[in-house]
Amino acid sequence: MSMFFAILVRDMRLSVRVGGGALMGALFFLIVVVMMPFAIGPDLNLLARIGPAILWLGALLATLLALDRLFATDYDDGSLDLLMMGRMPLELAVAAKAIAHWLTTGLPLVIIAPVLGLMLNVEMRAMGWVALTLLAGTPALTFIGLIGAALSVTLRRGGLLLAVLVLPLTIPVLIFGVAAANAAIVGPAPFGPPFTILCALSLASFVLGPFAAAAALRHGLE
Amino acid sequence: MQLICENLACVRGGRDVFAGLNFNLNSGEALVVTGRNGAGKSSLLRMIAGLIAMTAGKLTLKGGEADATPGEQAHYLGHLDALKPSLSVSENLAFWMGYFGGGVGIEPALDAVGLAPLASLPAAYLSAGQRRRLSIARLVAVPRPLWLLDEPTSALDQQSQLRLAELMRGHLDTGGMIVAAAHGPIGLDSPRELKLGRRGTELL
Repeated sequence: MSMFFAILVRDMRLSVRVGGGALMGALFFLIVVVMMPFAIGPDLNLLARIGPAILWLGALLATLLALDRLFATDYDDGSLDLLMMGRMPLELAVAAKAIAHWLTTGLPLVIIAPVLGLMLNVEMRAMGWVALTLLAGTPALTFIGLIGAALSVTLRRGGLLLAVLVLPLTIPVLIFGVAAANAAIVGPAPFGPPFTILCALSLASFVLGPFAAAAALRHGLE
Repeated sequence: MQLICENLACVRGGRDVFAGLNFNLNSGEALVVTGRNGAGKSSLLRMIAGLIAMTAGKLTLKGGEADATPGEQAHYLGHLDALKPSLSVSENLAFWMGYFGGGVGIEPALDAVGLAPLASLPAAYLSAGQRRRLSIARLVAVPRPLWLLDEPTSALDQQSQLRLAELMRGHLDTGGMIVAAAHGPIGLDSPRELKLGRRGTELL
């Protein structure tokens, strides 16, 4: 377990140091959401209606932003070779990296989402619910993205490939995330079913992601 | 403890690099792998480390831990230093000690490679030779029986080469094994030599 935390602590430390991407995701999220009212115009009702969708899209893109460096930096400097020679299964090492990524990229998105909701005229009482759907859904984005990051690791400029690979897989998360957020704000559909499916997607990707990513890494290094 | 390579073969990108490679390495022995560029020296080391798949053959570490692969009981010192520029010298080493589990402590290991005074410096400011020495500190910090060294003396100055030779001798004296790829002498008195060549391999 100490090996797991060694990776977790190192990756979190790296992301807050020079050249790390800890707040880049949150800043990108901020910019995307701030741009929206300028593009759509000052129609408050329209903004309120599409607010949750914009927040979810912004969170999705912000999560992808830092994902392509998740394994690429370790591959470039040789750390990945050594990570594969550890006593811990590679699946666990990969999971530790993903959790560190979510804590430094996904969690800040959840925290600033209610503030950004103000710009989109999302009701105050609904803000908590939107943040809750992001809290339940962003781990799924990270763990699905993990697979793409592992697949594209040996390719130069794999970032674009990553987006093409990962975005289609995140469609279910997007659908149920926005459905749950909308249910909380305007109704009349109940909040429960889409939210539970969202949680299920996160849990499933939490199980499948590390295995698929580790397999992709083992294969990619040959 | 004995490292046994039986009938090892390597195909990279559809090209046969070497085939039918046999050798045994006992505790306290060093094997220097030589050969022209592209003869498969690095591939052999990476294969023993478990980083590339064996095309054919068998690799065992007799007397080692039964539930660990040879790679999991080996240190690999490759061309890349596996250092994070934004972490300090001691943080870099501390991570690998934490990941590989246990060891002699950060300070003695840094002392062994002469980097103790730079412990709190970010690794970004290290020279190529100092980065190499920090990688070598990892080998000292976490005891593992097999050292796989890919041109270990590159970028090292005269004094550091002597220090590395001393560390290698210490490792061999405590029953360790070394497989090193090299073009020149690495400072060991009488290592065995494995010559990889176009006309097959030759164990000297």
